[in-house]
Amino acid sequence: MQSTSQKRKFDPVLAALLFFILGGLSLFVLWPLALVLKASVTSEGAFSAARYTEILANSQYAAPLWNSLKLGAVVAVAGTVVGYVFAYVLVMTSAPFKRVFRFIATFPIISPPFIVALAAIMLFGVNGVLRKEFLEPLFGTNLPSVYGFWGLFVVETITYFPTAFLVLVGVFAAIDPVLEEAAQNQGAGKFQTFRDVIFPLSIPGILSSVLLIFIESLADFGNPLILSGDYKVLAVEAYLKITGEYDTAGGAALAMLLLVPSLIAFFVQRYWLEKKSYVTLSGKPSSSRRPQSTWLTKAALFTLCAIPSAVVLLLYGSVIYGSFVQTWGADNTFTYTHYTGALNDAWDSLSDSLLLAAIATPITGIIGMIIAYLVVRRSFVGRTFMEVSAMLTFAVPGTVVGIGYILAFNDRPFLLTGTAVIIILLFIFRNAPVGIQSGMTAIRQLDRSIEEASANLGAGMLTTFRKIVLPLVAPAFFSGLAYSFVRSMTAVSAVIFVVSGTWNLATVSILGFVENSYLSKASAMCMILVAIVSVALGLMQTVVHRMGVNR
Amino acid sequence: MSLILQKIVKEFTTHDRKHMRAVDNITLNLQDGKFHTLLGPSGCGKTTLLRMIAGFEQPTSGDIIFAGKRLNELPPQERGFSMVFRSYALFPHMNVIENISYGLKIKKLPKAEIVSRVEKAINMLSLHGQEEKHPNQMSGGQQQRVALARAMVMEPKIILFDEPLSNLDAKLRLHMRAQIRALQQRLGITAIYVTHDQEEAMAISDQIIVLNKGRVEQAGSPQEVYRKPATEFVANFIGGANIITTRALGRVKFSLLGEEYDFIEDHIPGHATGTGKAIIRPEAIHLDRENGRHSAKIENVTFLGSRINYVLSCHGVELHADVPWNGREEIFAAGTTVHFDIDSTSLHFVN
Repeated sequence: MQSTSQKRKFDPVLAALLFFILGGLSLFVLWPLALVLKASVTSEGAFSAARYTEILANSQYAAPLWNSLKLGAVVAVAGTVVGYVFAYVLVMTSAPFKRVFRFIATFPIISPPFIVALAAIMLFGVNGVLRKEFLEPLFGTNLPSVYGFWGLFVVETITYFPTAFLVLVGVFAAIDPVLEEAAQNQGAGKFQTFRDVIFPLSIPGILSSVLLIFIESLADFGNPLILSGDYKVLAVEAYLKITGEYDTAGGAALAMLLLVPSLIAFFVQRYWLEKKSYVTLSGKPSSSRRPQSTWLTKAALFTLCAIPSAVVLLLYGSVIYGSFVQTWGADNTFTYTHYTGALNDAWDSLSDSLLLAAIATPITGIIGMIIAYLVVRRSFVGRTFMEVSAMLTFAVPGTVVGIGYILAFNDRPFLLTGTAVIIILLFIFRNAPVGIQSGMTAIRQLDRSIEEASANLGAGMLTTFRKIVLPLVAPAFFSGLAYSFVRSMTAVSAVIFVVSGTWNLATVSILGFVENSYLSKASAMCMILVAIVSVALGLMQTVVHRMGVNR
Repeated sequence: MSLILQKIVKEFTTHDRKHMRAVDNITLNLQDGKFHTLLGPSGCGKTTLLRMIAGFEQPTSGDIIFAGKRLNELPPQERGFSMVFRSYALFPHMNVIENISYGLKIKKLPKAEIVSRVEKAINMLSLHGQEEKHPNQMSGGQQQRVALARAMVMEPKIILFDEPLSNLDAKLRLHMRAQIRALQQRLGITAIYVTHDQEEAMAISDQIIVLNKGRVEQAGSPQEVYRKPATEFVANFIGGANIITTRALGRVKFSLLGEEYDFIEDHIPGHATGTGKAIIRPEAIHLDRENGRHSAKIENVTFLGSRINYVLSCHGVELHADVPWNGREEIFAAGTTVHFDIDSTSLHFVN
């Protein structure tokens, strides 16, 4: 709480910080978006709503919009269902193999975004192994193609159910088990307890994860670029308009169509749904423990988790396997030539990726923490503006950001196209929100009097932040770092617009391999990325763990 | 219709795979229509015992028998024992009416009956005007009353309380405890109540069962457990107690703090041959400046308004005395030597 009566004196450090951060957010978050909007309503230098009247009439725009929304909706529902089952089994039951399921449900988060699509092609594409060997002999050649709605639906569900899983694990864990006992004590059986207590309490979490997956599916670029076929979606169409047809206004209009539903979903999720959640944690000790499940329920729930798990393992397994065999589907001799080949072809982009991510990550982490601290602890003009614009990038699809960056930084006074700086800036402002979010949560939990004690002993704001706040929120800081590193290494949708001959990225190279049907090389490169990211995450975890012990 | 617990044992496996006995061979007969309190320090097994009665835990061995039927395998929803939880456990997504009527709806009672029963419960616990509120819009005391109404409305055969007042402030606690006792007596219902607060237990119960380390130390009326504690533990846990070693002098006399006393009939069962342990309640020590069989030095004085607590030393033994004060009695200063008498009929011996 900020007291209004207590007017602060002018603080030069605060003023300088605010100048840089608010300036950065305006320039690198809001301005590009404004330019996308402007481009979409401009024709030959004059205002024109032509694009939008066309949208209503022309299926060239209407179809991708409708396709994106439809795909987003079904993926959101399916992903939430799968995530719900996983989360329920993990938190609320005593089913076996929980660790395996947890691993499977969180692993897709660190993998490059199109790895699942890649696997789908290897297995079910025109020459896919499973398609040729099993499905066609059994069902004939008239099977639906993996390219298009069904392929995308399955691939995106597998890619995004972890989001639902993480949201719902939190929701279930917050439901005090004593409520289940209270329901049973009132005469409710297991099913009634679920229907009347657990399920209604998880509804806000369900809606939340539906909206989040909807946003993710709308923004998904990597999977549809590989798999969409004739099923055109906005994120890919906007990219093709700009890079293929050089139609910036058309691309911008498609980007706007993509942006609006994403923002609506984001604001509903964040500012309406969050207030609706039921906090059942009483903060008082509860002697209750989750009840043991019966043998039958365990078996049923185990099966429900095992099926999606098997699909996940099959898909990732084929990418791993495919990266090590001579010719996928034909010659199964072991080889590591795909790895040497991939590194040969894409060494530059991999080292660029590493270098740029390594530069951007600490800056992202520090800026995130500073923003979190300012928003939570200081009162200043533009606080809400800072919070909303910083979090906004979370909801804005990468394609929209990428187009915005082209529009904003292709010309003087901010001619940045083709430089490393634009990629680093994109990483920083796109990946900051998670760090900000976890930082805000951590700082809110800090007792304000700790900071007051520091001030009382004579420390200024910066000293207090550096010596007191930062060490105490270190775990949040490092998880923000880990997240932004992973995102920098694996993202493709926004950066694909700003890479250049001089500065290329590993994910873009993988995409190149896929487009040229070098599937084994693509697999090898994916595995290299997964390995790098895993090692980095492991290191960060060790650091956090060490710090936790020292506290 | 009484509830009988027969040789109940409950073992938990701890993290390091050791067995921990939370409840160790408890046998009890809990009479119909009475208010029974399980009293003991934390970790004594009282909540575990209650949870086994409710059906949330299974005894490792032993039988729970109600109205002649063994309940061990009966799931909690079929026992018909309503429970008032420590954290209230109100359903946060339901309003007051929905919370109270939940169990009745599960029972599929006719609508009219549900309405009238809920109405009655709302009257009984003065929840008028709160019907539409959700738990997070209510104070702790109001939530507590809703929890009580939700349990009462089921017209349970037994009502179970798991430290229901521990989250309320002191004043509200006194009020609610009187209300719970009054309701129980009015409805003639059997209540089993868990608490670690000995004063609460004495105020509310027909029978107090004092538990320690998973075992029953004593079961009896509040007067019994106070006047005639069966063990040193009970004497210490309920009220203050000076526990003094005595020595028998023949068959009719014993020595206490250097003075000779006559046995009276009450003393004999607890006094082993040779030495015994006498419980002297602090209020059984009467101080006087000049008269009294014993003399002692005042070590410490605490003034509490209506009473004064003294710490005395007598023959190298520390004694606590609790003396009423109505504004006229002399307050002895620390360091002074005083005399005192012990009311020998209030003496009680433990093993």
